[in-house]
This record gives sequence, structure tokens and C-alpha cells, in this order.
Amino acid sequence: MTCGGWSPCVPEPEQPQWRALNSELKAGPVPPGSAPGLAVELRGLTKRFGDVVANSQVNLRVERGTIHGLIGENGAGKSTAMKLVYGVYRPDAGEIFIDGERCVWSSPSDAIARGLGMVHQHFMLAGPYSALDNILLGAEPRRWGLISRRQARVRMESLAAQYGLVVDWERPVEQLPVGIQQRVEILKLLYRDAHILILDEPTAVLTPQETSALFANLKRLRDQGKTILLVTHKLKEVMALAQRVTAFRGGKVTGERETADTNPQELANLMVGRKVVLGIEVPTAQFCATPAIEVEGLGLAGPSGSRHRLANISFCVRRGEIVGIAGIEGNGQSELLGALLHPAEPQCRTAGTVRLLEQEVTGWPAARIRNLGVAVIPEDRLREGILPERPVSENFLLGLQRSAVFSRAGFLNLMRLREAASRAVAEYEVRPADLNLPAGKLSGGNQQKLILAREFQRHPHVIIAAQPTRGVDVGAIEFVHRRLVSARDEGAGVLLVSSELDEILTLSDRILVIYEGRLVAEFKRGEVSERELGLKMGGA
Amino acid sequence: MAQPLLAVALGLALGLGATWLAGENPGRVLLILVRSAFGSRYDLGMTLFYATPLIFTGLSVAVAFHAGLFNIGAEGQLTVGALAGAAIGALWPGLPWPLSPVLASLAIFGAGGIWGAIPGWLRARRGSHEVINTIMLNFIAAGLASFVTLYVLKNPASQNPETRPVAPAFLIHQFGFFRGAPVSAALPFALLAAGLVWVLLWRTVLGYEIRAVGQNEAAARAAGIEAGRIRIIALSLAGALAGLVGIGEVLGNAGRFKMDFSPGYGFMGIAVALLGRNQPGGVVLAALLFGALHKGTGDLDLETEHVTRELSLVLQALIILSVSADALWTWMKRRGQLRNHATL
Amino acid sequence: MLRQLIESTLRVSTPLIFAAMGGMISERSGVINIALEGLMLIGAFGAAVGTLATTSPWLGTACGMAAGVVLAAVYGLVVIRLRANQIVAGTAINMLALGLTPFLCKILYDVTGSTPSIPINERFQSAPLYLVWLAVGLCWLGIAHTPAGLWLGFAGEHPEALDAAGLRVNRVRWAAVLVSGALAGLGGATLSVFLSSSFSRNMTAGRGFMALASLIFGKWKPLPTALACLLFGFAEAVQIRLQGIVLWGDKPIPVQFIQILPYVVTMLVLAGFVGHSRAPKALGTPFRRD
Repeated sequence: MTCGGWSPCVPEPEQPQWRALNSELKAGPVPPGSAPGLAVELRGLTKRFGDVVANSQVNLRVERGTIHGLIGENGAGKSTAMKLVYGVYRPDAGEIFIDGERCVWSSPSDAIARGLGMVHQHFMLAGPYSALDNILLGAEPRRWGLISRRQARVRMESLAAQYGLVVDWERPVEQLPVGIQQRVEILKLLYRDAHILILDEPTAVLTPQETSALFANLKRLRDQGKTILLVTHKLKEVMALAQRVTAFRGGKVTGERETADTNPQELANLMVGRKVVLGIEVPTAQFCATPAIEVEGLGLAGPSGSRHRLANISFCVRRGEIVGIAGIEGNGQSELLGALLHPAEPQCRTAGTVRLLEQEVTGWPAARIRNLGVAVIPEDRLREGILPERPVSENFLLGLQRSAVFSRAGFLNLMRLREAASRAVAEYEVRPADLNLPAGKLSGGNQQKLILAREFQRHPHVIIAAQPTRGVDVGAIEFVHRRLVSARDEGAGVLLVSSELDEILTLSDRILVIYEGRLVAEFKRGEVSERELGLKMGGA
Repeated sequence: MAQPLLAVALGLALGLGATWLAGENPGRVLLILVRSAFGSRYDLGMTLFYATPLIFTGLSVAVAFHAGLFNIGAEGQLTVGALAGAAIGALWPGLPWPLSPVLASLAIFGAGGIWGAIPGWLRARRGSHEVINTIMLNFIAAGLASFVTLYVLKNPASQNPETRPVAPAFLIHQFGFFRGAPVSAALPFALLAAGLVWVLLWRTVLGYEIRAVGQNEAAARAAGIEAGRIRIIALSLAGALAGLVGIGEVLGNAGRFKMDFSPGYGFMGIAVALLGRNQPGGVVLAALLFGALHKGTGDLDLETEHVTRELSLVLQALIILSVSADALWTWMKRRGQLRNHATL
Repeated sequence: MLRQLIESTLRVSTPLIFAAMGGMISERSGVINIALEGLMLIGAFGAAVGTLATTSPWLGTACGMAAGVVLAAVYGLVVIRLRANQIVAGTAINMLALGLTPFLCKILYDVTGSTPSIPINERFQSAPLYLVWLAVGLCWLGIAHTPAGLWLGFAGEHPEALDAAGLRVNRVRWAAVLVSGALAGLGGATLSVFLSSSFSRNMTAGRGFMALASLIFGKWKPLPTALACLLFGFAEAVQIRLQGIVLWGDKPIPVQFIQILPYVVTMLVLAGFVGHSRAPKALGTPFRRD
């Protein structure tokens, strides 16, 4: 049975003329009395976390009264740089200048006192409390020792009117739609007279309508003299809102441009261009037509009011081929994986059908799905892939404890387990090759190899690999890739979900791009360049 | 191994320090403790007698901990277990040996199991935390025991709040070696139970799944293990293990259910499990220690001016606090490492 | 008779309400308080000792509260500073109080059972009955309308937000734990110096857990929690009246069935069968600033 018949992707609708829009929206009126000058300047900022260099010699100049974009992939260093500016971390080297003065923070309260404010990606709101209470936390107006909410409300309403940020003051924030919650976060900053606002991935959780509303609000804030730093990976938004853009990659600044003088392709290149490290040659797939994974019309609604997390996803993976789903994190990949692996869990219930090895698996518990012969390399291996405190040998058993190979009449065959584990550890070059070592003490790459060894032990027909080389050293990366390819050659259908471009490009026989819960492009091997793929991933 | 020993040492030091504040000589107190626990055959026997239920409750709490659950309800579970044993023994006097103790033991095991299954189900299917539920069930069990003892099975021949005695065919063997201390076949049974628990946890599929759920629920789920089902099984087993105390008490000691026979075995079980690092072998050793403490402090009443048997509770509490102060141990470990580095 | 019942209920509920208020403050800040039982017990002991020594119930109560604070400080040290598991540590504190009280009693009075009796003119006649509602009112006011009350709530719901706003989470939690020690100690004091005439071994008899249960029943809010305590108190007051009452058949309802009612109800509430109880989100998780 072939799995032709439906087209897995819908062509991208025509883009509005962003150039015209851009010139209209960008240059706001210069508010009276504001001196042109640098609101924020960073010189040589460096920050290390253990062995990882999150920021290296970062230089940044943000002019007052502008919206400045910071772009880059996840892990590129833009969020870290902002957390340094805000005082969450302390830099290892370099200097921070706010309004021309050198500043050293010991905590965010110092930064707040100097007029900075940050809206984090994960909101800092306590659910059962009202918007009012969330905003005035730490800055409560008092009368005879009690909080004077009336006084606070008066001030807040005037702020809301001034900046057009309409909010329901008394309802618990957990009942408010996400877009309104974000306004509460912004009001928090304005209430404390912040004039430099940092927003970290603000549109990650917003519907298109909420996004437009946010843009209008940000423009208004800028017109009234606030400086805004916008951290995002969405090129469209940066082009529409910001005057200047700074691109990050691998902890370094790769370039700075005026948005009027550049275009999305150039920005994508700055953000994403990377030398292809791998040298592995991937032979052409000899796939059979038997489908391994078939997904049709998959949809998942978001929490009330926000956009759909998955919309009309349809694709198939045949045995003997590798299909890569390329996309920046947070565009629906986790939800897709949930629908494939845990369809019975309430938050993973979707519309549409999923078939694995020609069996419809809607609503199946995870155990049954695994028993079909589905191997999983989870996204978050520490959380879902291993038992960190248990020895390697026990980890090798995870998921396999009921198989006839290792158990009989409810009892474990530990001798066979150790044999199989030693063989696997040797074959997959897990180092150190100590079966008694707690798995959490292995390096990321070795943990991943262990997981591979375990999952491939049963010669699976379906392999779902999510971010398989995240946090893995270069040598292990090559190993993992080779293994995936050989599994493919042995007849497995592999679904590869990754935000690493070169990984997708090297391994996939077919590439699907996911953006905002939709499949927006499909390419065959060799049909697309890195640059173009990056663009599609960024929503261009 | 070092951490429990250090914790015991710390707890003992603090507790004996308290006796010094009370005007006693801590060294003398320690001596009395040791002598009272191990000095004679009777003393040793009483120590073992106290240790037996502690092995059961310690295993109970340990098994629950392995599944990531807190069993504070061992007290209630052992109550209903003992009650069930007394009920069977009193209501079926005609049952012949060896059927009688076996059946009674099964009833004891089952009753305890039910008392553990209830909070297990509530946690797995309704999400309500087992800590409060098990504590509530302790009180409910006490009420139930009071009801059965005073209304249903009351012993007409006695003023004490106790049930009718069980028929002699139900009683299990007592070891005469200990000169009057009621050490019964329950002790070797407890040791057997410890061995079986070890086999279960480390040699069976179920045990593996229980431990996986306790260590990393997300990974266990991802591997296809049904966490809810495992939790119910784990707490039921824990309840059944605690219930087994009834064998030693009803079939091996009193021959009936006496209200409030337990001096807090259920809570002591928490200390035993913690100190024993939730390993069956450690549980047995810790049970022995706490049994010795309980016996030892019993004589303090008579032999000292100011110190009473309640010292045992104080010592247990201090040991628990010492063992559970995680940060204290990581701090010490880190200091130890730093010192090592400095000398290199 | 109804009037008697109401009076009786109010009296008997008094220690519960004090303890429940203490537990509420601690748990709202994110620290589980299984130790209420032990804090009450040591408060009862401290108050009895203090009253015997000073002949004034007020000074005695102050002693009881101080004892509660000291024990709560030990608890705080172990769970906040040393980050021990809160349930385990709480159980240990209960055991500690259970063991320390007869121990100290023996040292002071040479008996382990109870302290000597406190003569009637040295006990409270009715003051705690009114004080307790003052306490409820102050708690409500504090939580809903003072900055400290707001910080308390955030420490329990979203400590990261409190930290981001520049406030020290663990300091708030320390204060909450100490206050809960004082309030639970106060509850214990009303047991020994108001409802009875001395301290006797293990006199709290599970009241600390009942207070915890009414806390959950009352959704961690002052007034509903106090009302839940009244419910438990009512059960206690009524069981004496109900003894001997025949509802059906020819035997009276066994008293135990009424006694266990509050516990059964708590379990039902927790299981979501009756209403919906939502704990502070960060309850039980130690806070650590990276």
C-alpha cells in the first residue's frame, strides 16, 4: 500500500508587501525633549556557564527611543545577553552602560531601579492573583501599613490609557488570555517607570491578532520615548518593528544592520549560516513503499483564545526513508511528538488520525505504541530518556523490561541483561564502559548513545528521533547520524525532528518545514539550500 | 553507608546532650541503654520483639518511597491488619491448624493491603496527595478499631478494651529461648519478608517499574509504564506489609486485638526506612537499632532520676532530622572534596 | 440545649482555629506544615509551665507561644536552610515534641504524665473565645491588605516572580514558619490553660492534623478555614450529645462513626468529590536562587 494521495504541504500564501508597510511604520515622530543617545551599550560582554560560553565579546549599541531587535536561534546567546543587562546573571567580563553610565548590578532590583524592565518568555505571574496585585508586587503604595489599592488603580488606569494597554484589573490572571497577560507584564514595567523595556520572545505564545495588538502597543510606547529591545527569532516581526537589528550566533554577534538597509535573506544568513561540519556520505535511500508513519489532518487546539498549536498536519514516512521535520523550537514539534507517542494523554488529544505501521493508534496508551516496535529518542533525555541515578545496566532495560528477552514470568533475567548491555555499550562506544555507573554521570553524547543502543536493540521498524544531537559532542554526533542512516538502510522509517539545519540537510531524504503548527514546505534531498531552509524555518 | 551512621551518631549525641541538660551523666545513660537492650536473654528478646513490627513498617514505608510515595499511614494499616487477624481468630474458632494461622495471616495481609489501596487509588486517579489521606486513614482506622473492639468483638471476660481471644489453633510458635519475651515466629517471617521485598524490587519486572516511577516518572511514562497503576500496587503492597505487624501482635503475642497496642510502630517505621536508605537489609538493621532504643529507653524510667522512655522518641526524631537534612550532607561532601583538592 | 451546643462548639474549636491560622500562613508561603501537631503540643506544655510559674495565664500563653516559635525555628532550619523533605521533617518534629514534653515534664515536676493542675483563677475564663476571632480577622486583613500578605502569597504561588521583584523568598518563608509556630503554640496554650487545667501527655490527640484538614477544606483562606474548624469542633461537641441517640433499629449510632466523620469528609474534599481545593502552587518545593 502506498501512501500517496495527499499532499503534505500547502504552498505559502502570498506575503503582503512588507517593504511598503515597513517604511510607513518604522520612523515614528521624535518626541520632544529626548536627546538622541545610547540607552544601552554593551562592550565586550562575556559569560560562561561551566564549559559553555554563552556570550563572547558581545558589543551592542541601542539608541534611545528606538525598537532594537536581537535575533538568533535558540542557544545563540541573545537571551543570556539580556539577562546580563537585566541583572539576572553577572558577566564574567565586559561592561554594561545604561544611559551613558557604567552599571554593575547585584540583582534585578538594581536594574529595575535604573529604569530597566524585562518581560520574560515565561511570565512571572501568580495565577490566582489579580492583575492589580501582580503589578504592584514589590512596589505597593501604602496607607497606614495597608496596601492602598485604590491609589495604585488610579495610577495604573492612567498608564493604561496613556499606552493603550487595556486590562481587566480584578480577575485572576490565570483566567486572562495570554495576550492580556503579556500586557500585565508590560504594565508591571511601566508602573515602575521603566524606560528601557526588554521583551524576550514576546510573540511565541500569541495569536496573530494578539501579535498585531502587541505591535501597535510597542509602537505607541516607542513614540512616547521608551526604548525597546526585542529578542526574537522571527524575522518578519523584526523587519516590521525594529529600526536596527543585531544578529547572534554561537554566543557572538555576527552583524548589525539597519532594517531599512537589509532584507530577510541577509538576516537569515547572519542568524543561521554555519559551516556544515559533517563529512558523512549518505547513500541514497532504498525505501520500500510500506508506510511506517501516516498522519492525516492532525490538529490541536491551543488554550482558549490562543492559536492552534497544530493545524491540519498531514504527511507520511515510509519504511526505509528518513523524513526530517525542520523548524525552530516551539512551532508545534513537541505537540506533534505528543500526538504520535502519547495519544492517550488528555493534553495530547488531537483531531485527525495517526497510523503507525498501518495500525491506527488514536487513543492508545504509550506502552502499546512502544510494543508495536516504535523506538523513541526523546527531546529531553534527562527528563524522559534515562533514569539518572540508576546504573547504565538498569537504564538499558527501560522500556524493555517486559520483553521476552529480558524477563520471564515476571522475573528479570539480569545475566542476559548484563550481557546485552555490555555488548551494546561496546558496540555503541559508550564511554566510560562501566555498567554500574549512574547514567546521569555520563556525558550528553554518551547518554544519547546509550539511549540509541537501548532503542535500536529491538530492531525497530519506526524510529522517532527528536533533537537527537542536542548537547552532544561532535564525535558522538557523527556516530548518532551514522546509526540513524544504517537503521534506515535496515528498513526502519525514521522521523527526524530537529532544529539543526545541517543535521536535517544531511540525513533527510525528504524535508518538511513546520512553522506555527503548519507544514509550510516540502523538499526532497538536494533540492534546497541551507539559506532557503533557514528562511522557511523563520517564517519568511 | 557513611551518612546513616553519621546521622545516628549526630542524633545520639544531641539526644544524650539533652540528658546532660537534664542533670544526668550521658555516659551512664548510654550504658543503661545498651545494657537494657542487650544485657540478658529477656532484654535481647524484648529488643527483637520490638524490632519485628519495625521491620514490617520499615519495609512498608520503604516500598512506598521507592515508588515516590509517602506512606504516613502505616499506623492505620497495621491497626486494620491486626483487627482482621483478631476478627478471623475470634469468629472462626473451629478452624484447624495449620489452616488457621495461614488464613488469618492472609486476612491480615489483605486488610492492610486494602488500607493502602485506598490512598493509592485516590492518588492515582484523583490526584489527591497520599500524605493527608494516609494520616486521615490512621484516624479512621482508630475509630474502626474502637468500634470493633468495643461493640462487635468485645472480650466479655475483661475490663480492658480488647477483643475476644483467638482460638489457640491460631497462635503461632513462641521461642522460649528468650525467657518470657514474646519473640514469635513473626520474627523469622519478618526477615523472610525483607528478603522477598528485596527480590521483588530488584529482581522482578514489577519492582523495576515501581522504582522507575519513583525515580523519574516522566521517563517511566515515556517508556510506556503506567504510573497510576504502579502507584496503586505500590501503596497496596506497602499497606499489606504494615498490616503484617498483626501477625506478631495478635497471633504471636497477645492472642487478641488490644486497643492502642502499638507504641507508634507506624511512625517509627518512617525513621527505620529513612535510616535504612529504603534497602531491605538496611531496614532490618535500622529496625534492630530502633527496637533496641525502644527497649533501652524503657528502663530509663526506673534507673535514672530525670530521663524517661520518651527519650527514644526524641532520639528517633533527631536521627530523622539528621538523615533528611540533604543540604547538610552535600555541604559536607563538597567540603570534603575541596579539602582533597587542596592537598593535591 | 442548642445554646449549650453552640457554646461548646465555639470553645472546642478555639485551639483548632489558632493552629489552622498558623498552618495557613506557613503553607501559603510554600512550606508544608505537617508539624502543626507537634507545635501545638509544645505550646500547650510551655503554656502550662509558664502559667504555673507566673500564675498568670497571659504570661503562660506567651511562654507557650515562645516554645512554639523555638520548635518552629528548628523546623525552619531543617527545611528552609538545609532543604530537607518537608513531610519527613514535619513528622520528625511531631515525634520530637511528643518525646520532649514528657521528658521536660519529668525534669520539672518529676512526673511524666501531666503537669500539676492549674488553679481555676489562673486560667482563662473566656478570653481566648474572643481572641481567636480577632486572630482570624487579623490574618484576613494581613493576607488580603498588607504588602507582607502579598509577598506571602507570591512566595507560595510563584516564588520566581517574588524573586524577580527583588524580594527574598526564603526570608518571607522563615517569617511565615516562625509565625505559624507562634500561632500553633497559642492554639496549644488554649488547650492546656483554657479548655483544661493542665498539660497531659499527647493532649493534642490529632488536633494538629484536624487543623491541617480544615486548612485544605477551607482552601487556605482565613474565614472558610475557621468555619471548617467549627465543623470539626461541632462534631466533637455533638458526639457527647449523640451518644445514646437512636436513629434507626434499636441500637444507638456508635460514637466512632461520628468521630471519624471529619476525616472522611476531608478525604472526599481532597479527592475532588466535594468542591475543588487548590494548594499554593509552590507548596513543598524549596526555593533556591541559582
